[in-house]
Amino acid sequence: MTNSSEGVFAGVDVGASRTKVAILDREANLIGHCVRKSGTDFSGTSELCLDAALLMAGVSREAIRYCISTGYGRKNVAFSSETKTEIGCHAKGCYHYFPMAMTIIDIGGQDNKVIKIDDQGRRINFKMNRKCAAGTGAFLEEMSARLDIPLEDMDALARQSTEMVELGSYCTVFSGTEVLEKIRQGKKVPDIVKGLFYSVIKRVLEMDSLTDRVAMTGGVVAHNPYLVDMVKEITSREVLVPEHPQLTGAVGAALFAMEAANR
Amino acid sequence: MTEEKKVTRKKIEATRVCKKIMADHFYEMDEAVKTGSRKIAWCTSVGPAELLRGMGFLVYFPENHGAMLGATRMATDLIPYANALGYSPDICSYLTCDIGSYLQKKTPLTMAYNIESVPRPDVLVFNTNQCRDVQDWFAWYSRELNVPLVGVHTHRDIGDIEPIQIKDIAAQIEELVPALEAVSGEKFDMDRFKEAVGYSRRTSELWRACLETAAAIPSPWTFFDATIHMGPAVVARGTREGMEYYELLLPELKQRVKDGVAAVEGERHRLYWEGMPIWGKLRPLSEQFSSLKACVVASTYCNSWIFDQLDPARPFESMAEAYTELFIVRDEPFKEKYISECFEKFRFDGIVFHDAKTCPNNSNNRYGMPERLSKKLGIPVLTINGDLCDLRCYSEEQTKTNIEAFIEQLEE
Ligand code: SF4
Repeated sequence: MTNSSEGVFAGVDVGASRTKVAILDREANLIGHCVRKSGTDFSGTSELCLDAALLMAGVSREAIRYCISTGYGRKNVAFSSETKTEIGCHAKGCYHYFPMAMTIIDIGGQDNKVIKIDDQGRRINFKMNRKCAAGTGAFLEEMSARLDIPLEDMDALARQSTEMVELGSYCTVFSGTEVLEKIRQGKKVPDIVKGLFYSVIKRVLEMDSLTDRVAMTGGVVAHNPYLVDMVKEITSREVLVPEHPQLTGAVGAALFAMEAANR
Repeated sequence: MTEEKKVTRKKIEATRVCKKIMADHFYEMDEAVKTGSRKIAWCTSVGPAELLRGMGFLVYFPENHGAMLGATRMATDLIPYANALGYSPDICSYLTCDIGSYLQKKTPLTMAYNIESVPRPDVLVFNTNQCRDVQDWFAWYSRELNVPLVGVHTHRDIGDIEPIQIKDIAAQIEELVPALEAVSGEKFDMDRFKEAVGYSRRTSELWRACLETAAAIPSPWTFFDATIHMGPAVVARGTREGMEYYELLLPELKQRVKDGVAAVEGERHRLYWEGMPIWGKLRPLSEQFSSLKACVVASTYCNSWIFDQLDPARPFESMAEAYTELFIVRDEPFKEKYISECFEKFRFDGIVFHDAKTCPNNSNNRYGMPERLSKKLGIPVLTINGDLCDLRCYSEEQTKTNIEAFIEQLEE
């Protein structure tokens, strides 16, 4: 039972690759959401995405009590009243699902983040990847194009691997060449794909040490849950994943919106 | 749509005089080159400027030119010309943009002062206390222009300084004298040298006092202001004009403190900047920090022009001390302690480390120092990736987000 009649709170996360909207009711239940390609018209996409999420929530725009935008295109959202960084929103969203001290690993389209929060949900430290696509969603997209396999098939392929092929390069473009080389050598595609996943994980784990519990968020994890299994195996740690990992930032923004409305 | 708030900041009155000193510095040299009236020495920023002044040279600082190339955003276009000659994009971008500027015959001096080119040197004088790049930089000009190259080789990565090290550097500085006499055609005059050391000493004391006004809450000025107002301390070191500038600036800053004038209106956060400035982005960064009510109150960089060990009574030894005791020459434990002491004085809430791609010498985030200091001081740290001059190494959006997120974190 939701309480949308008393107004809702919207969070809009305009990422470099995907735009995400989350609508929360006053009890912080996720009652509407939507994910779309951000494209080149951030403002237009965020409008469309919001409308779709509102439709799902069964409320009109007038029901929005407060809206906060986040992400790379956060300043392009005409209907938001405030912006917050994606780092803050991911921490907020994640803590909402798992209220404990933890290290959050977010793998996005162009950014990776490692965020540490304490048991009160306060941020202690965060790191973002340097300006390089290594280890991000863009890396996997580029590789899927090189290998000519649909992005959505990567997860299943990686799971079939029996003998992972490790890639040595740090650079996305050189990794592409390396992948072609492996194919020439007759390596199996599933083994290469698992190697690609491993390379993403390596890039993230070298950003910061892991402390406390570990949670993973972001679109790449949402579409490639095998990555989470691999992180569990590599780090011998339990890894928490919220129900909609790709929406974590948008949910965090909506939670901030709720706080702002009650200020 | 959410727009960043534009912030207007109260101007520092002395700026006018600062600009005049900088302009005169270049006009004087331009004139000297044209008339042949004075000899010109090129000197690295922490080179033996006092000796050169004392020997009657006009002193030109290529690093200052590099900073100007960076600030005017000419650097990024000029660097590739030096790269093509074999000077890697990974080495000092002051070096590469300056050589690129020479090759392309383009200098910000033309736009700013209607001066066609940088002054041709009669001698090149370096000190490796900063890095090896300065020596290689000057060596290029030495070959290109057929100009003598002399210098001081400083001990690096020092913890406790041994008397032998000071003795060695003092001797090296003294040994420059005959070579410089040969260029200047004049006999070395000890009194004139001591006078220059005296001016430098006084300039340093005043400069330190100016920087320390930022310990006040709210701070009367920011790191970004200081990078501009340190100009005379750099280029007019060892002169009366240089000294007099800070006699003017200091009371103004003190008055601001007295009147409670804040450089950043409603100052809420105080930060320390570790590393080089990002010259081409000074204004946007300054504005972003201001709009977030964050004041960068202190930095390693601006402190690097405090040489208050200088003593006219012991000119060679005290110069050796000043140029060896410097932050950049020291080992990690010293640097850590130094920043911790700044923390006591300036009471900042966080440290921003600038990892300058082409200057490892001024990037102190690479061996775990941010993490150690964060733990020790109990404050958060942020590292941003960029460069002093090469904007190809800088991602504006990522940096903006990092800074914004850092301030959000301070507010939690
Ligand atoms: S210390 Fe850094 S910026 Fe200065 S000259 Fe050396 S490499 Fe260049």
